Amino acid sequence: MTDIKEPVVDFATDWDHTDPQWVADPYPIWDDLRQRCPVAHTERFGGGWFPSTHAGVSAVAKDTENFTSRTVVINNGRPGEEALPAPIGVAPPITSDPPFHQIARRVILPAFAPGPINALEPQMRALCNRLLDNLAGHEVVNGGSEYAQFIPTAVIRQMLGFPEEDEELFREFVHIVIGGVNLPEEERIEQFMPIEEYLVRQIEEHQANPRDDLTTYLLNVEVEGEKLALEHVFGTIILVLIAGIDTTWSAIGASLWHLAQNPEDLARLVSEPDLMPIALEEFLRFYAPVTMARLVKHDMDYLGCPMKEYDWLMLGFPAANRDPAAFKDADRFIIDRMENRHLAFGLGIHRCVGSNLARLELRVALEEFIARYPRFELADPTAVTWAPGMIRGPRNLPLRILAVA
Amino acid sequence: MSHEGRVVRVVIDAQRCQGHGRCFTLAPGLFGYDELGNGQVLGDGVLSDDNLALAQLAQANCPEHAIDIEET
Repeated sequence: MTDIKEPVVDFATDWDHTDPQWVADPYPIWDDLRQRCPVAHTERFGGGWFPSTHAGVSAVAKDTENFTSRTVVINNGRPGEEALPAPIGVAPPITSDPPFHQIARRVILPAFAPGPINALEPQMRALCNRLLDNLAGHEVVNGGSEYAQFIPTAVIRQMLGFPEEDEELFREFVHIVIGGVNLPEEERIEQFMPIEEYLVRQIEEHQANPRDDLTTYLLNVEVEGEKLALEHVFGTIILVLIAGIDTTWSAIGASLWHLAQNPEDLARLVSEPDLMPIALEEFLRFYAPVTMARLVKHDMDYLGCPMKEYDWLMLGFPAANRDPAAFKDADRFIIDRMENRHLAFGLGIHRCVGSNLARLELRVALEEFIARYPRFELADPTAVTWAPGMIRGPRNLPLRILAVA
Repeated sequence: MSHEGRVVRVVIDAQRCQGHGRCFTLAPGLFGYDELGNGQVLGDGVLSDDNLALAQLAQANCPEHAIDIEET
């Protein structure tokens, strides 16, 4: 699977977001980099940069002149032009640059606007309750693999309008798509074949039987009188799969992980449900799961660094969210933090298209979980494992239930 | 809100707004959204003493700094 790499000795000159130390607890690393760098460099992945400050992350996120989004997930090959189809990109609009980006984005924004998303709330609550019902009587429940994971998987499958009986297969594909980003190119393509076939079949089935779902919407939506190219539809479905699942799963899991260890925060949420909208944003700030990447467009001196064309630029929104220059008591989780301009959903033109959906899923998942289990703790803190890579969240999360409502 | 003839009003700069949705989530009485999900001020945006704090809460949570509270 993954090559055994040299462990990192100094993250300032040799950062690696897949290093076990970073995966286990990246926050002290970022604090250190912020004080002494603040832009770290690495020769790994073909060369890259990592700004650790809010100012650095903001500058890059808003700068589409000097950085391209044609690939947003760091991999081991330094990508060349062939790997970066323009202008659509493999997963529009996240992999698109202006001016095509705006066209692709406007296509899907209405489907993810609050109106259609909020309509999903009743089915989301029913889903969470079904999952909780299945866990009834368990002394220990896995907040990751038995709860958080299932919520976005089911929601996304439903939104796309894929058959319910494919749920298991769908979950497997999601694992491959998400896990595969670290694999060598040939292996990735090979693993991806059955998924491509499945998605093509789903698209064809929707062409034959249009209905009220996202896939049909993408097939029918018109831009200046023309339907989208099929590769555009395909790419946006891939985007929804990659961006819509382990991200939200991670946010739900990390929030449960926090509540399991902070009974006073849990008790406040149970007794003050009106606090939830404010608390959600602090969960998102403190445990922002998503790091993105850009590629440097051309040789330049930027943020004081000699950047080269096609160097990676890792966009650490989670690190920006912990920068004391941007947030008072940045290293403290404050459940009723009133000023909170966190960047969990990014910044600028690539703001997460699914943010309304993610926020609703996080809210419903937490509300239903704490309504059922008003007190819980980590069953075994040492057993908790964190996903490596650019999406951070707990995967194994055994929770001991202390009270059932 | 009117102090000595001054009117306090909340506005969203549509150029800066990227649709994070923080304003209409935290202060749904003051903000709505358009079909793309970008924030919109409901009505004329004139603030009463009561809803000034809500407008300030939204402002303090907008990652794009797209919300302004103006006094004219």
